[in-house]
Amino acid sequence: MSPVLLRVEHLGMSFGGLKAVDDVDLDVPEGEITAVIGPNGAGKSTFFNVVSGFCKPTTGRVALNGVDVTGLAPHRMARLGVARTFQTTKLFPEAEVLDNVIIGRRQHTKSNVLDAILRTKRLRTEAAECRERAREALEFAGVLHLEAFPVGSIPQEARKRVAIALALVAEPQLLLLDEPAAGINEEETSGLTALIRKVVESGIAVCLVEHKMRMVMDLSDRIVVLNQGKKIAEGTPEEIRGDPTVIDAYLGGGSHA
Amino acid sequence: MPVPRARGVSLALLLLAAILFPLLVDNPYLVSVVVTAYVIAIAVYGLDVMLGYTGQLSLAQGGFFGIGGYTAGILMASYEVSFWIALPAAVAMTAALGYVIGLAALRTRGDYFAIFTLAVGVMIVIIIERWENVTGGTDGLIGIPPPSSIGPLHFDSLNAQYYLVLFFLVLTIYVVWSLVNSLVGRTFVAVRNSEELARAVGIDAGKTHQLSFVISAALAGLGGALYAVFLGYIGPAMGGVQMTFMMLVYLMIGGVASLAGPLLGTLLVTSLMQFLQGFAQYQMMALGPILVIVIIFFPQGLAGLAKRLPALWKR
Repeated sequence: MSPVLLRVEHLGMSFGGLKAVDDVDLDVPEGEITAVIGPNGAGKSTFFNVVSGFCKPTTGRVALNGVDVTGLAPHRMARLGVARTFQTTKLFPEAEVLDNVIIGRRQHTKSNVLDAILRTKRLRTEAAECRERAREALEFAGVLHLEAFPVGSIPQEARKRVAIALALVAEPQLLLLDEPAAGINEEETSGLTALIRKVVESGIAVCLVEHKMRMVMDLSDRIVVLNQGKKIAEGTPEEIRGDPTVIDAYLGGGSHA
Repeated sequence: MPVPRARGVSLALLLLAAILFPLLVDNPYLVSVVVTAYVIAIAVYGLDVMLGYTGQLSLAQGGFFGIGGYTAGILMASYEVSFWIALPAAVAMTAALGYVIGLAALRTRGDYFAIFTLAVGVMIVIIIERWENVTGGTDGLIGIPPPSSIGPLHFDSLNAQYYLVLFFLVLTIYVVWSLVNSLVGRTFVAVRNSEELARAVGIDAGKTHQLSFVISAALAGLGGALYAVFLGYIGPAMGGVQMTFMMLVYLMIGGVASLAGPLLGTLLVTSLMQFLQGFAQYQMMALGPILVIVIIFFPQGLAGLAKRLPALWKR
């Protein structure tokens, strides 16, 4: 196994009396795809929210490259190289595709108010660089031709690709994808699968939450199964496919999914 | 971002018109109406930085306007400080207070932020009214001298003050334009459009709000200080909640998040109010329905309407 990029130990997250995530351990190795699956309410989204800094865990520890990053704010996590997408394909509304992706590069720039008012060279260089990188990310995601369209006017699959470009433009080490294939058809899903594979081949580790089993089985190096907040299984797609606990909890007994 | 040539030419023509205005109309009353509008417009630009670009409605803008006016007014009238020191002092004071108030106010968002800042605005007026030995209480403060001369430039005539205020208005518009068209402005808009996503892509939303609020307050301070000096008199009303809501009306009618909006709205509504002065008690009755119509049919205000006109024409 490749060196561990993200290590999660004894992670617990309670909302009042509800344990959304309960004592979960998980390793995401460099350059691999790790999928987190489980029925609705298993704690997958909460798990992502904790790792990306949107929720402070009740117990446990999150480490990135061996450094403790538990409870850091989302923008700090992002700057450390953890990028994420959202289940609902969040983009900045009322803005064009290119403008959306440009802002993803802002974390690498230093221009401040004075640069803006004095129109300094730094501002102009950084602005041009952001635009260049944003176009590269759009090209990588296969949606450069849509750069000038408002995000509201492009199809759902394209929006998902733009969201991935927005996450990639920051050049993260780890990309968290929260149900990237929700709401798109089979053909579009296989296109997206190819894109995610391309992301991993470029050296970025991916952690994936997804319900579409074919995508998960096709893509994943390792799969972690959550049920009611607890980790019930972990292994390669083959191991998970044959695991009776998983079939019982998730695939619904004797399924051929 | 380069300015397209056609736009550059029309901007130059507008500026020329503004420069020639007092010479052509030669009517002190009209000129003073326009000067007042310019001064308030500076604060309205500040309101727009926070509301239009960053997405939070600050109802303390009138309060900051008052603090700017009182800071400059007290320094100049009671301590005989030069205008050229009092003006930056007023801006620095409102920026600093904006920072401190922002630390608390920006723990809230949306409606809660509006209510919190409304309360701050009310407190500012009460402090101005009660701190009598410094502010002159409800009587206000009179005898604020005109700006002292710089070399051959004297500022005691109306026209000279017009140009002084015009200079600061143009400076304000330039500052807002350059912010909006930079990575800083993009950051403001990103936070406005989706704070959650902005944080996920590495933007410190708290710091961004804080920065926007400070700029917004500083512009209110600049406008307030110029207002005090231009009138030569200040009273608690200039920092009142009604001032805030008038600024909001100017902004809504002119157009939120547009560069022309604040000036357009302020000029238009203040001049209209001057012409309707005979009907003082009915002014608000006219303004209410106008505002409702604007918000329903032209949510982008007059500036937005102007942008849409070519498209409407083609239909």
